[in-house]
Amino acid sequence: MVNTVIQLSKIKQQYRFFRRRCRGKGETVENDFDSNTPIYLQLVKLFTIRIAGGTWIPGERVMSVRDLAVEFQVNPNTVQRALAELEREGLVYTERTSGRYITPDLDRIRSARKELTDRKVTDFVSQMRQLGYDREQWMALVEESLKTEIN
Amino acid sequence: MIEIQNLNKNFGTNTVLSDLSLNLEAGRIIGLLGPNGSGKSTLLKILAGLTSDYRGTVLLDGHRPGEDTKAVTSYLPEKTYLSGWMRPVDAFDYFADFYADFDRVKAAEMLKQFRLNERQPIKNMSKGMQEKLQLVLVMARKAKVYLLDEPMGGVDPATRSAILDVTLRQYQEDSIMIFATHLISDVEKIFDSVIFLGYGELKLFEDVDRIREKYGKSVDDLFREVFACSVSL
Repeated sequence: MVNTVIQLSKIKQQYRFFRRRCRGKGETVENDFDSNTPIYLQLVKLFTIRIAGGTWIPGERVMSVRDLAVEFQVNPNTVQRALAELEREGLVYTERTSGRYITPDLDRIRSARKELTDRKVTDFVSQMRQLGYDREQWMALVEESLKTEIN
Repeated sequence: MIEIQNLNKNFGTNTVLSDLSLNLEAGRIIGLLGPNGSGKSTLLKILAGLTSDYRGTVLLDGHRPGEDTKAVTSYLPEKTYLSGWMRPVDAFDYFADFYADFDRVKAAEMLKQFRLNERQPIKNMSKGMQEKLQLVLVMARKAKVYLLDEPMGGVDPATRSAILDVTLRQYQEDSIMIFATHLISDVEKIFDSVIFLGYGELKLFEDVDRIREKYGKSVDDLFREVFACSVSL
């Protein structure tokens, strides 16, 4: 009995470790890059999602260009270009001596997040319309999907 | 950093490179792409100083490739020149003797990352393991020019990914890297720009993101299009 419990907890631990490893990778699978948009623009979007979603914490230091290049398997100059773009957009800033930081301006982060979500929601609603669902029907579909997710 | 002007190279009556002109800046990773037999390896050998009977001008940091430039050029050949009896530790000794810029600590670190045994003779290694070792040797040097000829021809996709990791991690920002390959879709994201070489001629030299902006295509897609007609079965 005790043995089984120990084994189970071991398996759980391993599973958690596995999940952690795969989550890190899953966010950035190379296939997430599509082939007709410049890579730096796709990086801008991926980085913005991380900032908007809080994976990158406001006011904290941005990972080094090299680490980002390795993680996303992209050219370091492309990472540099994407970060420069984020800087123009006010989502990161450079401290002259100590490097690059995520903006501590929560309003700016919220507005970036809103921009991303608005686009997603508009897309979703228009696609549902195209598929012939009315408001009630797709609301029901969303509820249903949330239920299965909880289970 | 690298200046090529009107470069011509023949093997007998066979033209391999014809009137090639290129200027390559430091701080960039460049993909050298082309079908088999398009002159990629020949161009790299010329840059590495191993082939000198060509016509035209080739300058590497202001010098003609040869004895002067060997110290700053790290070349990974298509075929290994390491002997079968050697183990990674022996290869490290060999490189440390030859090249003042060889960093043994870094090499041992990369070897570990690749999970290679430093005491396993090369003749007992799989092709993929040999390719990893070769890459370790080349990337553990602090060179100005890295020339990689098909560094991952014989390895599985997971290993390819590991090779790209190591390459990006070790890449020196002020150096130049030319990476010849035909596995384009796997690596195009690590390039600043690409050279398309078609039977000795320069077909295209362009930034990767410019290609996407201009053609709305990945390098891989564009490559297939450019060379679709020139490869016959």
